[in-house]
Order: sequence, then C-alpha cells, then structure tokens
Amino acid sequence: MRHIISILIENEAGALSRVAGLFSARGYNIESLTVAPTEDPSLSRMTILTSGSDDVLEQITKQLNKLVDVVKVVDLSEAAHVERELMLIKVRATGKDREEMKRMADIFRGRIIDVTESTYVIELTGASTKLDSFIAGLDAGLILETVRTGVCGIGRGDRILKV
Amino acid sequence: MISGAEIVIRCLQEEKVDCVFGYPGGSVLHIYDALFKQDDVKHVLVRHEQAAVHAADAYSRSSQRVGVALVTSGPGVTNTVTGIATAYMDSIPMVVLCGQVPTQYIGQDAFQECDTVGITRPCVKHNFLVKDVKDLAITIKKAFHIAATGRPGPVVVDIPKDVTAQMCEFDYPKTIQMRSYNPVVKGHLGQIKKAVQMLQEAKRPIIYTGGGVILSDAADKLTQLAKKLDFPVTNTLMGLGGYPATDRQFVGMLGMHGTFEANNAMHYADVILAVGARFDDRVIGNPEHFSSEKRRVIHIDIDPSSISKRVKVDVPIVGNVADVLDEMLKLLDGGCKTDPEVADWWKQIDEWRGRKSLAYRQSNHIMPQYVVEKLYEVTGGDAFITSDVGQHQMFAAQYYKFDKPRRWINSGGLGTMGVGLPYGMGVLMANPDAQVACVTGEGSIQMCIQEMSTCKQYGLPVKIINLNNGMLGMVRQWQEMFYSKRYSQSYVTSLPDFVKLAEAYGHVGMRIEKPEDVEPALRKAFTEHKDDLVFMDFIIDPGANVFPMVAAGKGLTEMILAEEL
Repeated sequence: MRHIISILIENEAGALSRVAGLFSARGYNIESLTVAPTEDPSLSRMTILTSGSDDVLEQITKQLNKLVDVVKVVDLSEAAHVERELMLIKVRATGKDREEMKRMADIFRGRIIDVTESTYVIELTGASTKLDSFIAGLDAGLILETVRTGVCGIGRGDRILKV
Repeated sequence: MISGAEIVIRCLQEEKVDCVFGYPGGSVLHIYDALFKQDDVKHVLVRHEQAAVHAADAYSRSSQRVGVALVTSGPGVTNTVTGIATAYMDSIPMVVLCGQVPTQYIGQDAFQECDTVGITRPCVKHNFLVKDVKDLAITIKKAFHIAATGRPGPVVVDIPKDVTAQMCEFDYPKTIQMRSYNPVVKGHLGQIKKAVQMLQEAKRPIIYTGGGVILSDAADKLTQLAKKLDFPVTNTLMGLGGYPATDRQFVGMLGMHGTFEANNAMHYADVILAVGARFDDRVIGNPEHFSSEKRRVIHIDIDPSSISKRVKVDVPIVGNVADVLDEMLKLLDGGCKTDPEVADWWKQIDEWRGRKSLAYRQSNHIMPQYVVEKLYEVTGGDAFITSDVGQHQMFAAQYYKFDKPRRWINSGGLGTMGVGLPYGMGVLMANPDAQVACVTGEGSIQMCIQEMSTCKQYGLPVKIINLNNGMLGMVRQWQEMFYSKRYSQSYVTSLPDFVKLAEAYGHVGMRIEKPEDVEPALRKAFTEHKDDLVFMDFIIDPGANVFPMVAAGKGLTEMILAEEL
C-alpha cells in the first residue's frame, strides 16, 4: 500500500539524516522525500512517500515518533487529503515537435517557462500519476531532462498538522 | 564568565555525577584541565575507550544513575562505538562526552577528526554537536534528561575544542521542556482495567518480564503483583533479578537457553502478561511457530514501537512499568479472584519442572555449571555478576539464582564479547563495597584484558571467573551440532598463562584444574583476597554444552535437552 507520511520536525542540522537513516536501517522504503521549513522557521515539514503493509506502516510511524527531533507524525493517506508534485521537464522542441510540445503542455495545464531555439522547459504540477501520464505521452527520445520534487500533501478541511 | 571546559565540569557537578570514565586526548585537553582543578567528579583512566563506555554502562546498570564517559575526537570516538551500541540495545542511560576538532576545522579532514554525530547516529537515543558555547549547558542538560527518561538510552554530546575554550556565563536550567520529546509515563487506565480483567479470567497464565522491570525499578511491584495473582513468572536474560529466582513461582529464564518449564509455559499459556520485554528472536524463537498457539497478550512497555513489533498484542499498555504495575495493584486491592483452573496449570508446570532440564552430566573435569553453582554458594547469592558473551554467559544466567535486580550485568541485546571486565569496574565504582565476579571465558576476557591495568590503578577487586575450555565455546557448540563438527576457527591456541599475566599486572592469579579445588579456591578469593583482583583460571571440561537449547529458527517447544544428544 502506498502511504504519504507527513512529519513536523525540529529544523536542526542532521534532522533529515536521522529520518533517512531510520528508513535505511530498518529496511523501509522511501519512494520520495521532500523537506522545507514551515511558516515557523524552527520547524521543518517533511513528506515521505512510502509503501508497506499495515504492520510496517504502524512501525514506521512509531519509530518516527521515537526520534527525539520529531514533533508530530501523521499518515496523510489515512483520510481525505490533497497531494501535489511539481515537475520540470526539458524537451527537444524543433520542427513539428515544437508545436506538439506546446499542445501537450496545454492539455496537461503545464506552463512553458524557458524557451530556446531547440528546447522548452515545461512546468507541470499535479498528482504524481498525472506527471507519469505526461511523461508516458511524450516520445521518450524528445525528453532531455526530468526533475520532480516528490509528493507533498496536506489534509483536507479540519485535518491540521501543527504544533 | 567561565570557560566551556569549566561549564562541562559544572554541568556534571549539577547532575551529581561522582565518577567519569575516560581517556584524554588533544581535543579534550581543556576539559581535562578543568577536571584537574576540582575534586567532586572523580575520573577513572581506562586503557582503551571501549572500556570507558562499558564501565559507564555498568555503572548505570548497577546503580540506576546515568553513566558518563569522556573521550577525545577521532579514534577516541570510534573506539566507543561498540560500547555505545551495547548500551543502546539494552536501553541503558548514559552520556558520552566527546571532544571534536575546532569548529573552523570541521569537514576539513583535520587531525583526529571524524563525523561523530554521523557515526554514532544509528546507535544512540540522540546526539548533539555543540557549535556555540552558549548552547553547551542546556545541551548537556538535555542529554541527561533524554538519556534517563522514557525508554532510556545513550546520548552523545560532541564538543569542539574551541567551544571548550570560549567564555560564557554559566546557567544550568533546573528543568527542561522539549516540544518534540514528551515520553508517556502513566498507562491508559481503561487498558489497565481490561488487562486486570483478562488476568483474572486466565486459566493458563504466565508473567513474562524483561529488562524494563529492572530499568524502571519495578522489581518489588512485580513481585507483589505475581504474589497476589499466584501466577508463574519467567524472566528474559535482561530481566533476571526482576523476580526472585529462588521463589517457587519462578520458572526460570526462557528463550534459546531457557528452562523446559519456562519455554513450555510461555508457549502454552492462554494469557501472557509481558512486562518491559520485547519478544525478541532469542526469546520466542520462530515467531510463526510461536503464533501457532491461540492466546491473548497484554504488553506493558514504555516504548510504543516495542508493542506489536514481532507478536500481535491484544491489550497494549504504553507507560512506565512501575507506574502501570502500581495501577494494576491498586485495582487488584479491590478484590483479586483468579480462575480455579490455574491450579491445574500449576500441576502441569510442576510436571515440566520434574524434567530437571538444568541437570548436567558429571565429569572428571571441572564442569562450568558446577563453578557457577559454587560461586553462588560462596557469595551467598549476593554478588554482582558481570559476564561476557558465550557459553559462560548462559551458564551464569542459568545457575546463579538472582534474587535482586541490577545484580546481573551483561550485554543481552548486542551480545558484546569483552564487556565483562570493564563492567566489573563500573559496578565497583558505583558500589565500592560490593562483591563483584566477572564470569567469562578465555575468548571474551582477552577482548578487554588490558583493563587489568586500570583495576590495579584504582584498586578494583574484580574476581575474574575464567571458564577456560580452550575453545570459543558457543561457536564450538553450534559447529558441533549444526556444522558436522567442523571446528572452523573456534579453537584457541597459544593462550597466555593467565596466572602469570595477572601477576604481571600486579594481581593474584590462580589456576584450578580439579573439581574438588573449585570451592576452596573461590572461598580463598572472596575472603583472603577480598581486596585483590583475582584471576581464577578454571580449566573446564572442553565438551560442556549449554542446554536446553532452541536452535535458531526453531519453535520454543522444540528444545534440545541434555540427554537427547
């Protein structure tokens, strides 16, 4: 099962390595990980996309809570939430492909944020599956470079993760 | 204003630390200078940093106080890693203060630099790098707080040399609040009530307790509870002494080398009350085999991640063992009515007991079990027993009947050979008048044997009980049983003459080769040589094996018993 774990953690040197080290030491998966400070600069919010059985997930949240720097942990995917991922993708845009790329970007509500004679950089935001579909829809030979942020997410409505 | 080095010492004084185990070096010279100028904190100079951490660990195990070690940067730190990991696996509260190269050199591959925080991270409860002298006192306060509260564990504080030279006002906080660290103490009352109800309905109950009872100083409460219920009690290796071993209700240690009655009672119980224990692989064997029997499990532990980690738990109770047991006792004070069928269960247990699974074969040579039995008699069952890792450790655990907590000092989780002698030092620093015996083997003792020199310097009269079979006994036992007697590298040749070696360090050495000499030699060591370190080299039967035994991957009831071979 795919799970999105959100963590509030003290914004201190080494905090990221404690979380990453825990996952590798205990054999848990990290499919993606994003981290940045929150509106309170002393706290960072981390989002980890992981997978595992219910038992494994229970251990992951317990072990994360055990880390001294961790303030709060929540499994976002347990209830209603929204999730997004940002991708920047550089594609070859020459000849007839140039128009096709523009059209693809429009269909996926992407934006072209850099243009040269032969390339575009397209910015695309959405659920990870949408980004996957975009990549799948392109001729692989035209993709020059891809960079994705990994998933970040937030609970819907009154589900709030705060100190 | 005082220097960072003086702040370190003042913090130790504030924490009422009377003894630090350590080894000086370049990056801690300021701290050692500050140490020199005072008398409150005594320093024990070890011969290898690993021993400093082991000794601090045993100081804590035997006294309930936080053990402290002080080492220099680089190799000083890397030498401590085994000791830190040992303490971490057994949840021992300890603070390790490490020197670091000056802040401006960090990351430049300076002389004796290593990434202390990175290297120790996976084996500490928490660690800190102090980059500003203004943070020093509060960081040390946090370190002691984190080490001793919740599920205890070692905390490392990495202090760059320049920080120890900088000047700052000293202000030691009395208490500390951390928003990210608030361990649970009290158990959930609803769950406790449910557990008490379940215990009274049990027909085949067992109380299974571990190191958590010792760490939480809950041995008395556990004994009261067990007495009130009249249920059988088994201890893990780490839990020995949590319940008096000489009591009728005690069925012995369980697990890989547990008694026939303990392992059967654990397996066939319908209700297990697990207290501060974690169902690890050496305790329940194969988890699938263990789960084949239908039963209900109540689990008290301060660490939620220990609950339902290996065995599904029906009534989890997160909390400090002593507090939870207290609540249970209060509830049972209102009336305790156990199921009459428990009497049949006791009959079954007595039948298992009749199997006498700890009986051992007789021999013309000294049997190691016999040495431990005599050690028990000679010390009146009241000694602190430290141990290393291997057959001798199991013999000590099986045959020395621990009636009190904190008397059995060994490396249970990590299984670290070499801890025995430094553990003896730590115990004696915390309990100066105690009888301390280190039950060891000729393999383990050589892993920290240099500490005989430290023992000489500080007059630490550890009695070393060396069960010498000229083999790495436990390895040899497995090779005999599972590798068709191919004794690959388990035979120790070129052993030193331990008597001469002890004498060379200025101690007393004895070599005991005949069964009839065992008891007189022990008596002599504990009376005539009470104040000396005595190295007692017992030449034992080389074929002695540890039974019962649950082979790795087997179920708890699939024990190999002594006569079955």
